[in-house]
Amino acid sequence: MTARYEALIPWLFVGGLLALWELACVAFTVPAFILPRPSLVWAALTAQLAPILSNSLDTLVRTIAGFALAVILGGLLGIAIGSSRLVYRGLYPVLIGFNSVPKVAVVPVFVIWFGIGAVPAILTAFLVSFFPIAVNVATGLATVEPELLDVLRSLGARKRQILLKVGLPRSLPYFFASLKVAITLAFVGTIISETVAGSSGIGYLMMAATANFDTPLVFAGLFVIAVLGIVMYAIFAVAEHRMTFWAKRGEGLSV
Amino acid sequence: MRPFVEISGVSLAYPGAGEGATLALDGISLSIERGAFVAVVGPSGCGKSTLLKLVSGLHLPSRGGVIVGDREVAGPIKIVGMAFQNPIMLPWRTTLDNVLLPLEIVEPYAGRFRQNRRAYAEKALALLAAVGLEGFADRYPWQLSGGMQQRASLCRALIHAPDLLLLDEPFGALDAFTREELWTVLHDLWDAQRFTVILVTHDLTEAVFLADTVHICSKRPGRIIESRSVELPHPRDKFAPEFIAMVRDLHVGISHVRAA
Repeated sequence: MTARYEALIPWLFVGGLLALWELACVAFTVPAFILPRPSLVWAALTAQLAPILSNSLDTLVRTIAGFALAVILGGLLGIAIGSSRLVYRGLYPVLIGFNSVPKVAVVPVFVIWFGIGAVPAILTAFLVSFFPIAVNVATGLATVEPELLDVLRSLGARKRQILLKVGLPRSLPYFFASLKVAITLAFVGTIISETVAGSSGIGYLMMAATANFDTPLVFAGLFVIAVLGIVMYAIFAVAEHRMTFWAKRGEGLSV
Repeated sequence: MRPFVEISGVSLAYPGAGEGATLALDGISLSIERGAFVAVVGPSGCGKSTLLKLVSGLHLPSRGGVIVGDREVAGPIKIVGMAFQNPIMLPWRTTLDNVLLPLEIVEPYAGRFRQNRRAYAEKALALLAAVGLEGFADRYPWQLSGGMQQRASLCRALIHAPDLLLLDEPFGALDAFTREELWTVLHDLWDAQRFTVILVTHDLTEAVFLADTVHICSKRPGRIIESRSVELPHPRDKFAPEFIAMVRDLHVGISHVRAA
């Protein structure tokens, strides 16, 4: 009974929030082009379902492509940083500097290089999301307990074996934690790029809707992005649970 | 014949700034015959664990040399099995896979691991059964009690049939009953396979129960100040008068060390 009740909580919470929003809009007679009521957003969503779906699909594909790149390159970079002092010393400051650059500023450069379309979006998604992956994997490797290493070293294991048998499995929880952050960041990256320079995608749709003062459609776009983000997050949360069950044995600190 | 393990004039200083460098071991010499069971006892912080790290090649001495099986130790050597004070299991592996770990790394087993996995697993299961862990092979280490994990850790140290077993207070954190049960288990395994054992402990009863030679280590910087051979027949009875006399004797020896 309690478990069932707990599963309902997020839905109740969201429902309550939407109801509050709807009521507030009606009570204070907020004009729709400023803040549309949820029911108007829903109407816009159903009325323009076909273009919304096709544009979301574009966004989703670009996000996943950029994210996949980020997982591969970010993972490799994390392994390199975490397992080599030299790479850590040389690359880490560069990475931090690089991550401090606002990605919106880079999009126009990508457009000059690759033109308007999918490539700048994929690259921006990649740029925004690879940093947490690299840092987390590196942290996972750097914090392997020396006792665990001693077990392997006392067997005469080579560095590569230590990495495979202890380093990588030990950093999986860090890796998965970063994936959940990175996938939502990847959406942000794609949409930034589509907003600045796109010819399709949810970001582009929202820009076009804003130009027409079609605020309900803008909000419909925001909703779609939020839902996509939650779905992707949930997928990785399930994957994390399957792969790193050994790292989460208790209830943690939650009360 | 040369002894199996020969530690000659070994000193080790842990690095520190100038005066801060701590000398953990100071000119230790020990010879251990093949198949012997040796215990090193001493007050805590006397560098007993450091001694094991030197023998296994995890540390290299600042002065002096260690020879194991006719070879100078210059890095981690592969013929040792090691069990530590904590079991240190890999939490993502089942108990069986933890025990199999050395076979994935140490040659000649590692090269044939895939083909022989079934045979290796049987060997591991037999070993687990010998230490009283039958039926727990598929559990994860964190599903086992501390004593059970320590048993599994002993299996892991022995699975690759090492010539030299290094035990760093492996029973220190266990309750008295489990500890004494594991003494018997260890003794029986040693009796059957006759590998060489160096056991580091601060438990004198444990040392006298298991070892044929007991070396007493001084407080830091560690030096071997006395060596006694234990000639009581096995199985030893820790309540026998000779046993108790021996333990008391060692106790007096250690008290002198601590007072010095």
